[in-house]
Amino acid sequence: MISPRYHREVPQRYRLEAGKCKQCGRISFPPRLVCPKCKSKTFETVKLSREGKVLTFTIIHVGPDKFSKETPYVVAIIELNDGVRLTAQVTDCDVNKVEIGSKVKLVFRKIQDEGKSGLHCYGYKAILNSTV
Amino acid sequence: MIGIVGYGSYLPRYRIKVDLIAKQWGADPEAIKRGLMLYEKTVPGLDEDTITISVEAARYALQRARINPQKIGAVYIGSESHPYAVKPSATILIDALGIGPHVHVASYEFACKAGTEAMYVAYSLVKAGEMDYALGIGADTSQGAPGDALEYSASAGGSAYIMGKEKVVAEILFTNSFTSDTPDFWRREHEYYPRHAGRFTGEPAYFKHIHNAGKTLQEKSGMSPKDFQFAVFHMPNGKFPQEAGKKLGFTKEQMEVGWISPWMGNTYSGSSPTGLAAVLDVAKPGDKIFMVSFGSGAGSDGFIYQVTDEINKVRDLAPKLRDMLDNNKIYLDYGEYAKFRKKIILNE
Amino acid sequence: MLNGNREVAVIGAGMTKFGELWKKSMRDIFVEASLKAIENSGVDHIDSMYVGTMSGGLFVGQEHIGAVMADYLGIAPVPATRVESACASGGAAFRQAYFEIASGQSEIVLAGGVEKMTDGADVTDALATAADQEYEVYNGITFPGLYAMIARAHMHQYKTTREQLAHVAVKNHKNGSMNPNAQFRSPVTLEQVMKATMVADPLRLLDCSPVSDGGAAVIVCSVDYAKKLKKPYVKVVASAQASDTIALHGRESLTALKCVSVAAEKAYKQSGLKPSDINFAEVHDCFTIAEIVVTEDLGFFEKGLGGAAAENGFTAIGGKIPINTSGGLKSKGHPVGATGVAQIIELYEQLTGNSGERQVKNAKYGLAQNMGGSGASCVIHILEAI
Repeated sequence: MISPRYHREVPQRYRLEAGKCKQCGRISFPPRLVCPKCKSKTFETVKLSREGKVLTFTIIHVGPDKFSKETPYVVAIIELNDGVRLTAQVTDCDVNKVEIGSKVKLVFRKIQDEGKSGLHCYGYKAILNSTV
Repeated sequence: MIGIVGYGSYLPRYRIKVDLIAKQWGADPEAIKRGLMLYEKTVPGLDEDTITISVEAARYALQRARINPQKIGAVYIGSESHPYAVKPSATILIDALGIGPHVHVASYEFACKAGTEAMYVAYSLVKAGEMDYALGIGADTSQGAPGDALEYSASAGGSAYIMGKEKVVAEILFTNSFTSDTPDFWRREHEYYPRHAGRFTGEPAYFKHIHNAGKTLQEKSGMSPKDFQFAVFHMPNGKFPQEAGKKLGFTKEQMEVGWISPWMGNTYSGSSPTGLAAVLDVAKPGDKIFMVSFGSGAGSDGFIYQVTDEINKVRDLAPKLRDMLDNNKIYLDYGEYAKFRKKIILNE
Repeated sequence: MLNGNREVAVIGAGMTKFGELWKKSMRDIFVEASLKAIENSGVDHIDSMYVGTMSGGLFVGQEHIGAVMADYLGIAPVPATRVESACASGGAAFRQAYFEIASGQSEIVLAGGVEKMTDGADVTDALATAADQEYEVYNGITFPGLYAMIARAHMHQYKTTREQLAHVAVKNHKNGSMNPNAQFRSPVTLEQVMKATMVADPLRLLDCSPVSDGGAAVIVCSVDYAKKLKKPYVKVVASAQASDTIALHGRESLTALKCVSVAAEKAYKQSGLKPSDINFAEVHDCFTIAEIVVTEDLGFFEKGLGGAAAENGFTAIGGKIPINTSGGLKSKGHPVGATGVAQIIELYEQLTGNSGERQVKNAKYGLAQNMGGSGASCVIHILEAI
């Protein structure tokens, strides 16, 4: 992960900062310059809810190199309580316990490492609500 | 009144039983459990490290403190497993929690007492009038060499303390520190595992510093053991803190709540800070807490806290330590543990 | 025709075998396919060339593909442009050729596609660039993972079964066994598909199209020119394209591919045809679930019934609407940039009666649907037999 590209996404990955359209109220995550719904260009910064539910998911058995030692792991499309959807791993669980509709919470975890001497890259993952 | 305004802890869900470690290296599980008074320990997940643990603990501390994160003037994380050798762990934490950017940040290292040193400095900055709030954290994902005695105890977890002067939940009455050059346990730069000097880690190191710091704290404060409801000591295993506490005149009952190492292991910089959190989860207004940490190399930090009425308002605002320690555990076998702790040589 | 543009025809085709072509470089592959197409069409020159390829840069370290191929085909100074839309690069390249002829800009245009995936690049990483790098791939998703999430949602909403997915693979391998250019030429059983190694639950190895090298090219010209050449040709009666959000989580529905239905509606409108007028189709079965969802979104089957259709043989050769008579991406192979053009070739062969054992009887209209990423872009063409 090249530093400038990583650094730019920090407010989104660390704090879940999104852009709420001042005109129609649609929340874009990550924030963008043009609202896809009403084409307006004025936004305010909001923080996404940290709670949501699983809409669909898969269990990755054959992963990309960076994640190959973590398989099997679950990746899900999650709908947060404010209606925004995102893609995240569901961690700290028996992979067979995740279901469509499972309630989850977003937590701060390390997502990947840039090899042995590069950056530690952090972001959001989900845990099942049955956890503390 | 200056002291703790918010506190929080985080423990990973994974555990490994001491039995499995013993069996792996051909030791007698019962003898180990008896000798060390350890039964199981926490293991960090593959996606967890000192930074992620600190972020979750500090998030809970903020929930209890109920302050605007931007009012925190300094953040110090004490650990011996900072993910970067150069780049302070707390730079990532402040961006994750919306603290700063007008904030002091640094990483602290003093073996197992880096956390309490961070707490002391945070407290001192508020006391000196430099800032309204400061955050001191002790967190670790400590590494024990395979087959070594420390492998039974080296565990993961951490606790965060926001110090301030308004709505204090536990006032800090006295502090002290006792330090010397005692080479009981160390890790050279670029070495993967730490080394220690066997039995030398006991009497000349752990016990000497805890005892001296503790005795001085009692003299400085003019208080004796019976004035306290709780006592918390650094917990390298289950046995040492009980012995040290007894020598300082404390009873098993006083130490009971804060004595969590048999199920948590030794979270190094997180050890006594997390014992303290367990106490704050149940302490009543007016209760006094005696705490002495220990860090190899070596030194001990002493604190005397007095709990206030505010504790009842904040205790339930975040998860309790005992909940995290006792519930939702995922047990690993030794192979999984070795993989999680990166003890297996990979082709990289 | 459309807005007064000229009618467009395909008058020749050529492709390499798809597979692991260790001895052939990307240039070799493209030139081989192009020479075959030029010879097959009987033209003695071309005016312009479009090359569809997803990533010469990531796979073999080469960009400026248009120039490279014009050079190696020996046709420089003829203009050549590389076209990219991830896995829909081939279809998009064909679409550019269609524009150039329809507008009257050129007389003869070569539309080709090529991908060289076995030269040691990290294929998973390269393919992942078709997804949202910062918000999907960063978090650990893979391509099979994205389609697996679609599969799970489709199975949850419409009760599509694991067996139904497997039926798609069985059918396509059966078709591929009759295709001399296919990467995999042996049939597979339902049991083999159901027991293959798990890749991304619920998709297993045989639900996924392979990593392949290959090239495909067609010669495109105006219908008038084709008539002058007195060559058998097929007519392009529709060319349509649509886009959608790059990330799967941004879509309106997790079980429908809007880029397909939007492009399809445009294509049907252009040609004046209905789904039931289409006699057969080549669709983008990068994963078995993709074929099921696409056949629904093309209007061939009611939403949710794509799986049952495959299970009941509606999409087999001889069935209601044969899908992927070539073997599809699954069995024919999926050299990414070449796929879209190879689909056009299958249409051309079928519509000119040259498909041998795979021939669809009385084929008048064929549809090719090429798709990029997890459904972020889609190109559809409808061809008519003359």
